[in-house]
Amino acid sequence: MSNHAIPMAKDNDGKPIIKFLLSELKPKGKIFTPFNIISAPIILLGIVLIVIRFAKGIGSVTNLSQEVPWGLWIGFDVVTGVAFAGGAYVLTFMVYILNNQKYHSIVRITVLNGFLAYLFYAGALLLDLGRPWNVVNPIIGNSFGTSSVLFLVAWHFLLYMLAELIEFSPAVAEWLGAKRARKILSGMTLAAVIFGITLSCLHQSGLGALYLMARDKIHPLWYSEFIPIMFLVSSIFAGLSMVIFEGSISNKVFFSQISEKHHHEHNDIVISLSRICTGAMFAYFFLNVLVFIHDKHWNLLNTPMGYWYLLEMIGFVVFPMLLYFYSYRRKNLTLIKVAAIVTMIGIILNRLNVTVIGFKWEEPVRYIPSWMELVVTLTVIFTEIWIFRWIVRRMPVLRDSPLWAKKQDQ
Amino acid sequence: MGLDRRNFMKALGLTGVSLTVGSQAKAAADPDEVVEFYGMLYDTTRCVGCQTCEISCAEAHGLPAPEDAPEAGVIRKTSETRRTVVNLFNTSKGEVYAKTQCMHCNEPACVSACLTKAMYKTKEGPVIWRGDKCMGCRYCMVSCPFDVPKFEYNSPNPKIVKCDMCYDRLKEGKIPACAENCPAEAIMFGTRRELITEARKRIHDQPDVYADIIYGEREAGGTGKLYASAVDPKELGFKTGLLKESYPALSKGFLYTVPSVFVLVPVFLLGIHEATKDKNLKEEDENE
Repeated sequence: MSNHAIPMAKDNDGKPIIKFLLSELKPKGKIFTPFNIISAPIILLGIVLIVIRFAKGIGSVTNLSQEVPWGLWIGFDVVTGVAFAGGAYVLTFMVYILNNQKYHSIVRITVLNGFLAYLFYAGALLLDLGRPWNVVNPIIGNSFGTSSVLFLVAWHFLLYMLAELIEFSPAVAEWLGAKRARKILSGMTLAAVIFGITLSCLHQSGLGALYLMARDKIHPLWYSEFIPIMFLVSSIFAGLSMVIFEGSISNKVFFSQISEKHHHEHNDIVISLSRICTGAMFAYFFLNVLVFIHDKHWNLLNTPMGYWYLLEMIGFVVFPMLLYFYSYRRKNLTLIKVAAIVTMIGIILNRLNVTVIGFKWEEPVRYIPSWMELVVTLTVIFTEIWIFRWIVRRMPVLRDSPLWAKKQDQ
Repeated sequence: MGLDRRNFMKALGLTGVSLTVGSQAKAAADPDEVVEFYGMLYDTTRCVGCQTCEISCAEAHGLPAPEDAPEAGVIRKTSETRRTVVNLFNTSKGEVYAKTQCMHCNEPACVSACLTKAMYKTKEGPVIWRGDKCMGCRYCMVSCPFDVPKFEYNSPNPKIVKCDMCYDRLKEGKIPACAENCPAEAIMFGTRRELITEARKRIHDQPDVYADIIYGEREAGGTGKLYASAVDPKELGFKTGLLKESYPALSKGFLYTVPSVFVLVPVFLLGIHEATKDKNLKEEDENE
């Protein structure tokens, strides 16, 4: 029955691969949707700006300065984006390590989301590199700066993308009808998951550790030697809030892809996730309180930056935590979505406070991103969503795997 | 019986002795291997603000000559076209000039930040930048506690610009351009040890002239560039809240946990996986 409901998405069933791929390249679904009408011109403009950036240098499109060398492209695209991609390692942990099958139906879409996030945010990193032709130096060649946290992060991005690609690859194999390949690839899932979780723990915290040497440049309310742990713990609820938020949109946009059974399961999943978020946020808040008390920054609270800090902590950590708590007890899905959005704003605030807003907070001339930096950031996000949609409409990400694949798993 | 226990121990002892003695002998025979860091001592009491250092630096590195002069109340900064600047300050002891440039830390934050080894601490002491390795990530700029490295934002082939203590000239046996040309002998080039001794001597001999501090002796774990100053460095706009230990030590703790995480976490995860798999089987059994 479900096969008739979704005439557009069909896996390859014996067609020659080339013919199948060509038929899949065509757009599926409406072309003039509100999302397309808004995103297409922004992407085109973004591409023009990227060309200008490479022709004339980074200064031609950004407001970066000698004082503030890392701006929106690092602070938001990379540092915040990767935190939001944390859902993949948390969910694979629950499904493949804890063997909790409840979340199985959302693993694929989360892993896909995570993979694309890394692909595009690592791509955004390339835009920010002044000499991108040397980007291979830390990977191949003999220029290993092993004492650098960024070296670790670069390798981890690369390896983690590989791990996520392996985790996702059975879906590609099912789409192409490659039965043998699927068997081999799904056999590698557990290894990829274990490897991927380890890498995630290290580079989620590593993104925070990048700023450890900037001790004198980051506002003391945000700088502590525990930034790495804070970043790791907050990536748990950042990732899961993203899963909840993305799921609520996907469920509408790709309604026809999802089977009746999974629709029913989904609410239950969201409620459980909000419970985990409550716990992780409590741990995070508690850690923050501990660090605050130990560092004795009481006098800083009564300053503009202090109010900003309190707003972040109370308005965007404690408040959404209580909201999550309240709404999972009442099983109120709407409030859970609100809590997810507030949490996500809080994560954006926190990452930007460390990387941009609290960075060189005393400088007379503050860094404010140019409109061109914003457009390029939006271009990265929109392009990712386009690719995401392209894949979800074709591969068995949200819909059930074909029967032969299910048989293979038994 | 080829080797009994006694002989074996003897042989082991001999090997051990020869190994230690061998390495000691080797170290003694090759004194050239031990190179002390070079540095520069700058004396604010001698500097007259003539900008000869700025001009000769610009000439030596093909940069435009300075167009503005030091002026009290105006902070001139080093930039992608200026590796060193002299500023004038109104202090408790009247007008004092102070030169700034790369500090050439003993354990530079920029070098440990660099993931391609483009920033490099040479064994002679200068911290240099190597363009063939750099990918332009600017992590050195984020990490440097003195905000020294500058970046050519408006170039499609940007470089990191900073003082390299005229490393090319050092290799030719010459001394840095600024030290060579300073007419007031405010800049002294030498090994770091000599310079600290010299600075101590000056402070000791003329306690009224100098503030009792050598800036750079312990800042950021010690720097190659040292300052003997008429006034407290705070009055010259220097960063005085810096750590006395090296900056790379700040991320050392994190980096040291990486290998253990890599070994322990996968084992731990695999363990949980196996344990929970059994639990699921049991539950299935009970359900049946």
